[in-house]
Amino acid sequence: MFSVEVNNLVKSYGSFQAVKGISFNVREGEVYGLIGPNGAGKTTTLRILSTLLEITGGEVKIQGIDLKARPDEVRKVISYLPEDAGAYKHLRGREYLKFIAQFFAQGQEAEDLVSRGMEIANLGDRIDDKVEAYSKGMARRLLVARALMIRPKLAILDELTSGLDVLNAQEIRRVVKSYASQGTTMLLSSHNMLEVELLCDRIALINDGKIVAEGTPNELKEKYGANNIEEVFVRVVRE
Amino acid sequence: MSDLSKIAKKEIKELLTPATLVPIIIIAILFGSLGGMFSGAEDELNEPPRIALIDNDAGILSDVAYQVLNQTAEIVYTGSNVQEALRTLDDNDGVALFIIPSNFTSNILDNRTGTIEAYWIMKGAGFMDTLPSAVAENVLISVDQSISATLITYDLSDNATIILNPTQLAETTMFKDKEMSGISPMAISTVMSSQSFIMPLIVMMVIIYAGSIVISSMGSEKENKTLETLLTMPIGRSSIVFGKLLGAAVVGLLMAVIYMLGMSFYYNSLIGSTSIDLAQYGLTLGLVDYLLVGASLFAALVFALALCMILGIFTKNYKAAQTMTMPVTFLAMIPMFVTMFTDFDTLPLVGKILVFAIPFSHPMIAMRSLMFDDYVLVIAGIAYSTIMALLAMFVAVTLFKKDILLTGKAVSQEKLDKFPILVAMMKMSKKRRR
Repeated sequence: MFSVEVNNLVKSYGSFQAVKGISFNVREGEVYGLIGPNGAGKTTTLRILSTLLEITGGEVKIQGIDLKARPDEVRKVISYLPEDAGAYKHLRGREYLKFIAQFFAQGQEAEDLVSRGMEIANLGDRIDDKVEAYSKGMARRLLVARALMIRPKLAILDELTSGLDVLNAQEIRRVVKSYASQGTTMLLSSHNMLEVELLCDRIALINDGKIVAEGTPNELKEKYGANNIEEVFVRVVRE
Repeated sequence: MSDLSKIAKKEIKELLTPATLVPIIIIAILFGSLGGMFSGAEDELNEPPRIALIDNDAGILSDVAYQVLNQTAEIVYTGSNVQEALRTLDDNDGVALFIIPSNFTSNILDNRTGTIEAYWIMKGAGFMDTLPSAVAENVLISVDQSISATLITYDLSDNATIILNPTQLAETTMFKDKEMSGISPMAISTVMSSQSFIMPLIVMMVIIYAGSIVISSMGSEKENKTLETLLTMPIGRSSIVFGKLLGAAVVGLLMAVIYMLGMSFYYNSLIGSTSIDLAQYGLTLGLVDYLLVGASLFAALVFALALCMILGIFTKNYKAAQTMTMPVTFLAMIPMFVTMFTDFDTLPLVGKILVFAIPFSHPMIAMRSLMFDDYVLVIAGIAYSTIMALLAMFVAVTLFKKDILLTGKAVSQEKLDKFPILVAMMKMSKKRRR
């Protein structure tokens, strides 16, 4: 079964078309990456799938639910991590996780979610510090924890490790991989080609609002005669 | 160009934006209008008051009184019929009916104080509305002084007390179907100024505090990118909107209570024991009245918050949110100034429409209106404010479901294409920003 089904998706802002009829499917438990240059339409696509933006044309189904008709139902099965997301600065890390958890579960179940979140964030004693005192890496780990602790059917991760140092990025990738193996479908976008190659089962290259190539990392490298995904990316974009 | 001037030029360009200029211009206009109101008050003070006179005495001292009144006031009625006199006053926008009783001259000549009965026609309880009666009170002081002079000149009395104060006033104020004996319009207005000044001020403070909380909250959510997370969670859009409104309302009301406590201590210390108990004139508020004031304040507050939420939807960050509170502040300031200095009833029709159309006006005028049993105005105000609040909330919830919440773009390209001038202006503005 597909976790994500996108058919001929179009998104326009007035006369400007940001997404020009793209189609792709993501299988349950799969890690699927969207890569492309700035302004290609990646974030717009992810924002539509996260129910943030309205669909201009086409059809999207998440876990079999029609996104346009039942966005409230879609929100129950997804978790979205925006590229430059923040947490409420006046809250402590633990309080932030509790605040989020209460919308998904009550009582002991909610406490279990918070415990899981703290485990993912791995912030030690700093979990009880205010968010405003966190470094960028710590804040991102807290946000990844927030996104994954609820074990969503689909996690939509925009620029998962953007702006993070190697150690923090590696830690976050490890967590994502671990949760994917436990059944959460991951749809992510990234500018980091190494990250995409390491994490994704399949990749779609998006350019100028259209998907121009799709496949597993190996299939793409083979098709374009490239040593790595970065080379594939450069060739596809220049074509 | 020196480094200093380069930096200064950049700063001026950054700071001198419509967002900073427009509020100052509007405040200047508001204060200018206030100045206009006060110069109008000066004109009113110089104009002779219109009065009616019933002289039942026809003695030498009542004749003195008539002469003085005739010189200093415009007498629109002289006769003996009270009802007719009141009608004529009403037709001529008059201020007071003075009745000189038949024993006026004889009492004074017998060393007893002569009484002048005054029926004040009060049109509004605002500070500006009491000016004509204040002028007429001065006219009566002139009458008193002229009678003193007559008594001395013609050696009509040897009683110093009577010579110094030959007359006394028996006052009755008529205002909105109420007859209040023994009190002047000025006294009523002075005592009522606690409501006239404090209530509008409190309403304005609540609206501005709570409103800026909502707008800042939206600006902060957008700036810190927490809104996107919230919007993708299984929370109804209406829960987000109403949750934000409720939080702001609670904090806004709390701030108002603290503010109100401070203001009432300050005001009580000013008034002290000179205060007149309006309750003896039937000017009190019952439980139902207080509930109506509360309902009026609640409806206005909900409207303010929903309006601020709509403005907050268009804001991009915390800084921009600060300037977004300006329109709401101005909307609250207009009825505040109007109700502080004048009465809704005495406003011209255009003024009445304008003040009624601003939902914030209604809690400001509710207390005074209820004191004079004007339930129609208060209930109509609550109904109107409630409709406006519901409408604003509906718009806020609808906008929360639209792209505009995140994109901040209010107008689609198709719509813009129909207004080429607007497009040209936007392009110019973009160029300038670059």
